[in-house]
Amino acid sequence: MALTAALQDGFRRDPLTAVTAGFILAVCVLALIGPALTVYDPLATDPANALMPPTWLRPCGTDQVGRDICARIIYATRLDLFIAVSAVVIALAVGSVIGSLAGFFGGWVDRIAMWVTDTIMAFPLFLLAMGIVAALGSSVENIIYATAIVNVPFYARTVRAEINQRRDAGFVEAARVGGNGPFRILAFHLFPTTVPQLAVQMTLTMGWAMLNAAALSFIGLGIRPPTPEWGIMVAEGASFIITGEWWVALFPGLALVLVVLSLNLLGDGLRDMIDPRERR
Amino acid sequence: MRRLVLGLPTLAGVIIVSFILTRLLPGDPAVYFAGAAPTAEAIAELRKTLLLDHSLWDQFAAYLVQLARGDLGRSLVTGQPVVKDLSLRFPATLELTGTALALALLVAVPLGVAGALRKGRAIDHICRIVSTMALSMPAFFTGLLLVFVFYYLLGLAPAPLGRVDPMAFPLAERTGFILLDAILAWDWSSFRDGLAHLVLPASALALAGIGPLTRVTRGAMLAVLTSDFIRAARSYDMSRWRLVYVYALRNAMLPVLTTGGFVFSFLISANVVVEKVFSWPGIGSYALEALVASDYAAVQGFVLAVATLYVLVNIAIDILYGIVDVRVRLAG
Repeated sequence: MALTAALQDGFRRDPLTAVTAGFILAVCVLALIGPALTVYDPLATDPANALMPPTWLRPCGTDQVGRDICARIIYATRLDLFIAVSAVVIALAVGSVIGSLAGFFGGWVDRIAMWVTDTIMAFPLFLLAMGIVAALGSSVENIIYATAIVNVPFYARTVRAEINQRRDAGFVEAARVGGNGPFRILAFHLFPTTVPQLAVQMTLTMGWAMLNAAALSFIGLGIRPPTPEWGIMVAEGASFIITGEWWVALFPGLALVLVVLSLNLLGDGLRDMIDPRERR
Repeated sequence: MRRLVLGLPTLAGVIIVSFILTRLLPGDPAVYFAGAAPTAEAIAELRKTLLLDHSLWDQFAAYLVQLARGDLGRSLVTGQPVVKDLSLRFPATLELTGTALALALLVAVPLGVAGALRKGRAIDHICRIVSTMALSMPAFFTGLLLVFVFYYLLGLAPAPLGRVDPMAFPLAERTGFILLDAILAWDWSSFRDGLAHLVLPASALALAGIGPLTRVTRGAMLAVLTSDFIRAARSYDMSRWRLVYVYALRNAMLPVLTTGGFVFSFLISANVVVEKVFSWPGIGSYALEALVASDYAAVQGFVLAVATLYVLVNIAIDILYGIVDVRVRLAG
């Protein structure tokens, strides 16, 4: 397939993107099998060993109730990845449907769709997500829904622009002459042409979705403690920063930054490969 | 004027969404504010004053009437009108966000221009690394790192507990902007104190804006540098300085200006977490407190105020764009 060949060629020319892709893959594996590898229980408290600085045995130290921070970070990987991936997938699905219909049919469908996306984008997006989680209640699902909703406009607009551009193209005309109905043309002829753009959009928004979810838990709106999650762990460590117990907040924060950074680098690399016009 | 009208449907959407959102907030505010040992009558009385026993349509109609009078309701936590609360805290947020925006522009524009001029060279890689790092660092984490390094390790910055030293002699409030008030009062120790408290949160916030701004500046500059009119100017043997900084940069600022709204949204979002990290008494931390207490009016007022501000910023950008770009002005 052309896409796989393009990827192989791209990875050869751009080793940094290959490395970040490998790192993301490793993080995914860690999310799957990590909990089986950890020595300590992420929820087991041990007041006698509270706020221990990092040692060789406990590379990230312990928190205020003696839980092993390294184990908690590894357990949290699964939850953080799960939130980001599901939010982006939901946004992709909903945004694609809205964008396809708006781009293909135009007219009042387009006007309503654009009014909805404009309204969503009229809010600073993190604040809207904050409001949604506060309204629906603090739970993992609601963080996912909130993050998905604020991401929908980007997908809807990307798909709309791509479909709009091609809806009068020759191959569409040919499909129509061949007896395909409008929905069939949309689903099997037009939508597949937007996939490369969507792949890039997904990688680029995945990192942002992760930061968004972590920030929601950081301000106390997301997941409830003692569930291990990077944003909450940074929030718990925040009060120890000014007394010098830096490791409580630093390690979960670093985990978050590393994963988001690789996602962003991967997204940039993929964009350059798929759309050489945008290479800068 | 036409652009103002175009913003109206969005504003209507904003009002509807913020109303729906706050009505969905969990918890019964009547029970919450009836106190520790609520009587049935007290709760009923509160429900009546809060219009909670009416239909949603009635509540919405009442809300619209209030809005038309410029009344955002009364905060249940502070007991003050929300408009007053917000305007009291707004200068703190504006001072923080404005300083951050200025800092971000100071770093991002030169960096983006340098990256575009020396494409593919060392400075371009630095430009890419800085912008990608800035996009990947959550503001709450950068804030905490700055506190650790500059407060705990180096002892250079004051504790992250608000805008002024709590022991300091309070400054007479005129504008609400600490730095401006200090200058007006000719009080240099207050000025230094306010500045010391401002530097860390503003830097953390600026970092949130540097990512998108650097990228846009670099991209716009690249596009302009390869355009026909620059090639023509080159052929006239125009000095490089004049070419780059007068002609190219001025045209590259147009796309940067259009993303201003996006950057504003980025900054105001990061603002909430930064205000929490530094206990900054702005509208962000006000909204967080209100959320926790399911304080309808305060949350609604905050969301509405920020979204309205955002719509206005976008309209202002459109108008500015028209003034800067002759083509848009002529096309009407």
